[in-house]
Amino acid sequence: MSTSLLFLDTLTGPLQYAFFQKGLVIATISGALLGFVGVYITLRGMSYIGHGLSHAIFGGFAAASLVSASFIYIGAGIWGISSALAINWVTRKHRIGADAAIGVITTASFALGVALLSYYGSSGPSFDNALFGSIYGISPDQIVMLIGVSVATAAFVFFRYRSLLFTTFDPEVAAASGVNVARTEAMLMLLLSLSILATLTVIGVTLVAAMLVIPAVVARMITDSFGRMLVLSTGIGASCGLVGMYLSYFAGVPSGTMIVLTGATVFCLALAWQGWRSLARTAGLDDHHEDAPEAVASPTRST
Amino acid sequence: MTATGVGPVILKLDNITVGYEHAPVLRDVSFHVHSDQFTGIVGPSGSGKTTLLRTLLGALRPQRGTVTTKAGLRMAYVPQLETVNWNFPVTVFECVLMARTEGRQWPRASRADKTDVAAMLDRLGIAEVAQRHIRQLSGGQQQRMFIARALLSNPDLLILDEPTSGVDVSTRHDMLHLLADLHEDGISIVLSTHDLNGMAAHLPHLVTINGKIIADGTPHEVITSDVLERTFGARLEVLEHLGMPIVIDDYHRVGPRAVS
Repeated sequence: MSTSLLFLDTLTGPLQYAFFQKGLVIATISGALLGFVGVYITLRGMSYIGHGLSHAIFGGFAAASLVSASFIYIGAGIWGISSALAINWVTRKHRIGADAAIGVITTASFALGVALLSYYGSSGPSFDNALFGSIYGISPDQIVMLIGVSVATAAFVFFRYRSLLFTTFDPEVAAASGVNVARTEAMLMLLLSLSILATLTVIGVTLVAAMLVIPAVVARMITDSFGRMLVLSTGIGASCGLVGMYLSYFAGVPSGTMIVLTGATVFCLALAWQGWRSLARTAGLDDHHEDAPEAVASPTRST
Repeated sequence: MTATGVGPVILKLDNITVGYEHAPVLRDVSFHVHSDQFTGIVGPSGSGKTTLLRTLLGALRPQRGTVTTKAGLRMAYVPQLETVNWNFPVTVFECVLMARTEGRQWPRASRADKTDVAAMLDRLGIAEVAQRHIRQLSGGQQQRMFIARALLSNPDLLILDEPTSGVDVSTRHDMLHLLADLHEDGISIVLSTHDLNGMAAHLPHLVTINGKIIADGTPHEVITSDVLERTFGARLEVLEHLGMPIVIDDYHRVGPRAVS
């Protein structure tokens, strides 16, 4: 058998299994979705929120699984969205330091999730699968949910492209130009939490944040154009999901692990291709996006 | 330059007290913007220049007092270059197009969008750098890019925060002419500056502040040793050269530390 035929056979072999077909589809879409959303998250210096939110959702995941297996995603979704809006509110209002608040809220939620799963067990995915991702036991509902979230996210970005770009680049000037920054940011947080929730099963709680960051950072190293970065990051995320899923199958390790390791490999390749200077382009991606504190007391603005 | 402050009032701050986290930066300030305003806000660091501009924009809510804007007033803001994230991945074209947030916002620019942005970049003399990354521009080009973005929304009032900070003499000169042209075109302009000789002395109307409004008038009325002492807390010598007031920075007598 020639090398090319052997390679083709290797690729098509796992596709005879329905679980792998579903896993491959969901991993590829998950990678694309996280790569897409990740552009906005990293450029806003909000990687830490993505990391915290995935841990917060794990708490909701565990608590909801105690109620009912069919309630897991609705419960975790409510928990995640509440956490996202709370984080957004804290970040904007500066009642306490944003890092401290997020650290407390999300890690406490994660710890609660660990405690609940350890004590009561789960009626849904196992502890390890929730943490590191798994291609087994993916239900049609999860695929529908992932596709729904992906379509909603793409539609939001498509129809609000310039407002989103403006608020990401310069929220204060965007607000002065008539963009409803608070609503735009709340929508982004909502879509972020739904994206994390929808991709949790395959990527895993502890590794979702990496897939929010790696494709976007690699894309940033390659291009100086926002539009191209969005396309590249989505493509890199999808490729990592696809390749990582195959590697997961052949290596017999959790899917999230191999997807993230594939992303890390792509990062190294991009670094070798673009050189160390390309890293300079990513400077500032870890700066926390925080508006200047708002003045207090009630306004009196009339027209 | 036309006279300033004779047109109808388009934005009013009346007796406002405003600041951050309960600490007022400006107390009991009243400031009216007319449709033909061309005003420079002058004051030392921390005097409240940016706070005043942010209040005009509606980005800061006053703790006391009222802000009244004319119905349908379109404002645009040009930020300080020092506050911009120059690593953000946008080309000049993408940056200017951000201002088009009304109506269709699809990622792909329409033919009208492309024509308008190209015309604006051409008007400001930076058409040739449209596809460059924003970091690859000179200081003057960067300032023009943000003015192009501001003008694309067809504003009635243009607010600029330190527009000549960090630019060379030639660029500052070009900027003054550009702003004067925009004012002639009917755009009301309010800017902040700490550059007394290079910028403030050339404007038709000045306001000096330091926690409150100290003085208000033409450069001849405002750039005087008495007003500057009340504004900056140090006695500054003012000479007249070719009919313009010139402030002498005498570091032997003023400034944070005396130089021997």
